[in-house]
Parts: sequence; structure tokens; C-alpha cells
Amino acid sequence: MTTLTPILTKNWDEADSFTRAGYERGGGYQAVRTALGMNPDDIIQAVKDSGLRGRGGAGFPTGMKWGFIPQGDGKPHYLVVNADESEPGTCKDIPLMMANPHALVEGVIITSFAIRANHAFIYVRGEVLHVIRRLQAAIAEAYEAGYLGANILGSGYDLELTLHTGAGAYICGEETALLDSLEGYRGQPRLKPPFPAVAGLYAAPTVINNVESIASVPSIIGNGAEWFASMGTEKSKGFGIFSLSGHVTRPGQYEAPLGITLRELLEMAGGMRNGKRLKFWTPGGSSTPIFTEEHLDVPLDFESVGAAGSMLGTRALQIFDESTCVVRAVLRWTEFYAHESCGKCTPCREGTYWLKQVLARLEKGQGTEEDLGTITDIADNILGRSFCALGDGATSPITSSVQYFRDEYLKHFEIGGCPFDPAASTLWADA
Amino acid sequence: MTYTPEVRERLERDAKEIIARYPKPRSALLPLLHLVQSEDGYVTDHGQQFCADMLGLTKAEVTAVSTFYTMYKRRPMGEYHVGVCINTLCAVMGGDQIYAELSEHLGVGHDEATSDGKVSLERLECNAACDFAPVMMVNWEFFDNMTPESAKRLVDDLRAGKEVAPTRGPSKLCTFKQASRVLAGFPDGLAGEGASAGEASLEGLKLAKARGWEAPEASK
Repeated sequence: MTTLTPILTKNWDEADSFTRAGYERGGGYQAVRTALGMNPDDIIQAVKDSGLRGRGGAGFPTGMKWGFIPQGDGKPHYLVVNADESEPGTCKDIPLMMANPHALVEGVIITSFAIRANHAFIYVRGEVLHVIRRLQAAIAEAYEAGYLGANILGSGYDLELTLHTGAGAYICGEETALLDSLEGYRGQPRLKPPFPAVAGLYAAPTVINNVESIASVPSIIGNGAEWFASMGTEKSKGFGIFSLSGHVTRPGQYEAPLGITLRELLEMAGGMRNGKRLKFWTPGGSSTPIFTEEHLDVPLDFESVGAAGSMLGTRALQIFDESTCVVRAVLRWTEFYAHESCGKCTPCREGTYWLKQVLARLEKGQGTEEDLGTITDIADNILGRSFCALGDGATSPITSSVQYFRDEYLKHFEIGGCPFDPAASTLWADA
Repeated sequence: MTYTPEVRERLERDAKEIIARYPKPRSALLPLLHLVQSEDGYVTDHGQQFCADMLGLTKAEVTAVSTFYTMYKRRPMGEYHVGVCINTLCAVMGGDQIYAELSEHLGVGHDEATSDGKVSLERLECNAACDFAPVMMVNWEFFDNMTPESAKRLVDDLRAGKEVAPTRGPSKLCTFKQASRVLAGFPDGLAGEGASAGEASLEGLKLAKARGWEAPEASK
């Protein structure tokens, strides 16, 4: 049986976990002392050896990404932390930065030192005021303690860290759109290549990593790459925060080795709410194809979830019970993608717009069986033909829901409406 | 309309501080727009002209950016800007009903303010608090596990001028303008208030402690 491994979440129940004093009491800012005494290349190697893969959804090996930064090129290098957490269902980075912002700051220092950057940025979404306060305070405390600024801890290494607040745009979680936004433009994705490692922020070599990836770095330097690699599966090593939401008894954050299953997590979370039956769930946010009851034992690691037809994504497990209408759920996600499409490329801009129209008709029971063919056709024309992953993500709920719940779509136009009572799935529904 | 010389001088001081945080000035545009909202309550014409002046841009270049982001409001919002998450998970958990009842109760729709200027309403996309669904935000502070009743009580209290505390955040709400100033990068000194984490955030940790589960020992 898999058990939980609180590491990043370990101090969250302490009243001062978000302060420097609280963080240092648990051993915080020791790893940065170790790191500053290391050769930067050895830090990159340690992160490669640990097997850490990006925790923001794509799962790209973190150490390899750092290794792509050309060294000795005479250009400034930048680290940009993607703290724009906005993928529907994803809710791990926000509580992490609220309760434990110094883990992120320490990770930023070690990473910047490793890639030889002297200026780092945290791009945080704007809609989370108290999280922004906590980050501001943590950065200020780190400057005061000499962990940031000139000649950090007497090492001769200098680092500036700027907190940058976004302004409401899901697309800015896409790394190149984030860079455009950070440069003061509309957040629209860039053509790749060149990749950010070659031409990123201000056309200089840039590493962009998710909050949880960077916050995991101090534990790897402090405890060793083997320690990190001892958790998880062969190709998906280490731990991660699994976020359970929806129709479970105790929704929340569960930090566990990769490879844990939803069956195990559900048991930990007290099972399905009111003893109802699981109907469908997302393994990693709304952009990952939905799963059903038959996937309860799929190990939640990059390979196994992929082999079962979805993606591990951000481990955002949105759980829906039998009271939920899948057509309504998919319509709402589709409205989201249409709202957030940046408009740069035609397949995504037009495709999400038309998906929304057809799904709205289907949900009201005014569609036809032909409409099901139309939405899967549109999805086919978006997937792989869009400028960035937003378009691809928009097709996931469509194709997977038609695959698993075709009959439920049909039922809507058979009876001329939705067969479900929305009141039955609310937080305040009777047991 | 333009800023009075005193206001303009103060804003220029703030703007220069913001611009100094970046290797290239244009990166300051998003925080400068938050600064304008902290002064005017929304992104005004003269506020956008001010950003253009500070960064050597045209006003059209500023407008092209401000219209892209949903947090920049193009008309006055309420002193308390109330958002209801209507993305799938929150909607299913009751966000749809909350939004519908609140909109009827207040007599306003999406991005509209009440006539007393106290409260405005927004249909929000996912705000990264799904384990607390249904979620509402007021001036970007978290209000967790809401119901139609608690939502209506909340806006009534705000309109009556009563002190209101978010579920996870400081001991009382600040105004939309004050919140915008924090977003522009000027701390308000409230970071130390409120709990480290909400109840749901601690469920895994609580269980691990109860069952004696820990991460493995360090290998060196």
C-alpha cells in the first residue's frame, strides 16, 4: 500500500510556516548553503539524477531543461517561475505559496545559481491577494537575511528576485505567453523553436519552471538525489501534491509518491461523499481526458496515465459522482476554453467558439446525433493544429466524454432536455 | 479628465519604483495598470495615457494590453468586487445556483456594479481553490465552501458597511482600490494575518500524522 509523504506540505499546520523563522525551524535555507558551495553543474546533475520531472503538467525532465541553457555565452540568463496556476481543478501551488513561500524562494536561489542567472521572476496570477502578500513578505525577508541581493551569504553570487503579478488570463500559464505577458504585452504564445532555453525572456536564455518543481529542489539538494528517486516509479520519480476536489468526503491536498492510485487516495479522503458512486474524474485538470470507475487502479504516474489514454497533468483530481451530468460539465469546460482562447490561431479561436454553440444545443436537448459527429470532427481539427496546448486541452473533455458517455448525450435529445437535477450534486444536497 | 499635479507626482514616484524592478521598462506595464486601478477604481482613459507616458508607448499600445486581461476593468466596479466561480467543479458543487441567486438578489449581471457603488459581480473562471468548492472571491480574497444563503448574507453585510473577514486571508477585507495597490507591488503589511492554510489544505497532512506516515529518511 502507498502511504503519504508530507515534504512540501509538512509544515502547513504550523501557525508561522510562512515566515522565515518558521521555515528555518524545520531546516529551511540549509540546502541553499550547501548549493552555494557546489559547482553549479553538479547541482544540475543532481537534479537530473533525481529524476524530477516538471510538476506543471507537461512532465519534462527538470534537470535536462536546465542543461539546455548555453553557458559562457555572455548573455544574461533568467529563471521565471510559472505561478499562474489556473488549470481548472488545479489547486496545489496556491496553498503551497500561501503556507510555505520560503520553500519556493529557496528553490529559486538554488536554481538561479545552477543556471547562472542573476535575475529571477515569479509570475503569480493576480486573483489571489493573500498569496501575493505572503510571497512579497517572504521575498522581503529573504533579502533582509542576505539570501537575496548582492554577495549572497558571502558567496560572491548576486541574485535579484522580482514578483510579477498577472491580471487574469489562463493562457499566461503557457510558458511563451507568460514571457510575452512578463514583457508587457498581450499574453499570446510564441512560435517554437526557438525554445525559451535559447531565446526566452528579452530573447535571452530562460528557464521556466512550475512552482512545485522549483519548491522541490531544496529537498533534493538537502537530502540527495537518491532520496528523491527512492520515491515514485521507475520513470516518474519522487513525490507530488495530489489535489482531490468535488464529490469526496474530505477534499484536499494529499502529498504522495507518484504512482499512487485514485482508489488509494479515495480511501484516504474518506471515500465518495454520501456513499455515492464515482462517475467520472480528471487525472490532471480539465485539459486531461476524463477517466471513469474503470481507471481507479491506474497508477498516477506519467507513463501509466498516458497508457490509459489520458495525462497525469497537474494531479488535479476532480471527482464527480453519479448525480452529475457529463454534458453539463463538458459544456462548462468548453465555455472556459472559448473564453480563454487568446485568438491568435484559427483552429482554437474558431473551434472553441463553435464547440460551445453546438454543446449548448446538445445540453438543452435540442441537438441531433449528427451534432456528436460535428463536435468530434471539430475537436479533430483543433488537436495538433493549434498554436499551443490550450487548443489541444479544449478537445480532451469532448473526445473522452463522447467515448465513455455517448448514451448520455443521446439521452438529452431523446427526452428533449437534461435528465439530471443540478440540485442533487451541490455541496448542500441531502445525503 | 487628468490627474491633479499632486496625484500625478505621487503616481510618478510609484511608477518609477515599479519600472526599476525590471531590466526593461515595458515589463512594468501590467503592474502600472494595477496602479491605475488603485487610484481610479478601474482602467481609465487618463490612467492608460499615464502608463503610455511613463513607458514611452502610445495609448493604443497600452489599450491593446489592458483589454486582453480580465482583471482590468473598463468601467467602475464596486468598492467590493465579488466573484463567483462558475467553472465546472464549482458550478456543479453549487456555484451556478449561487451566481443565479446573487445576481437576482443584487439586480446586477456579470461585471456590473450596484447603484450604490458598493458591490459588483463577476462570473469567475477557476481560482485554484477547488478543494474549497463552491468558491467566491471578494477583492481577490478567498471565501470558501459557500452556499446561496452565506453568499447573500456576505453581500448584504458588505453593502451595510459591516466588517467582513475572508475564510483564508487577513482579519478584514480591504477595498478594491487597496487590493489593486498590493497587486501593483506595494505591500499593505497584512501578510502575517490569517492562518497558514485552510482546513482542506491540511487533510493529507492530518491523515499522515494520524497514521504515522512520513517521507523516507535522507540518504546522506
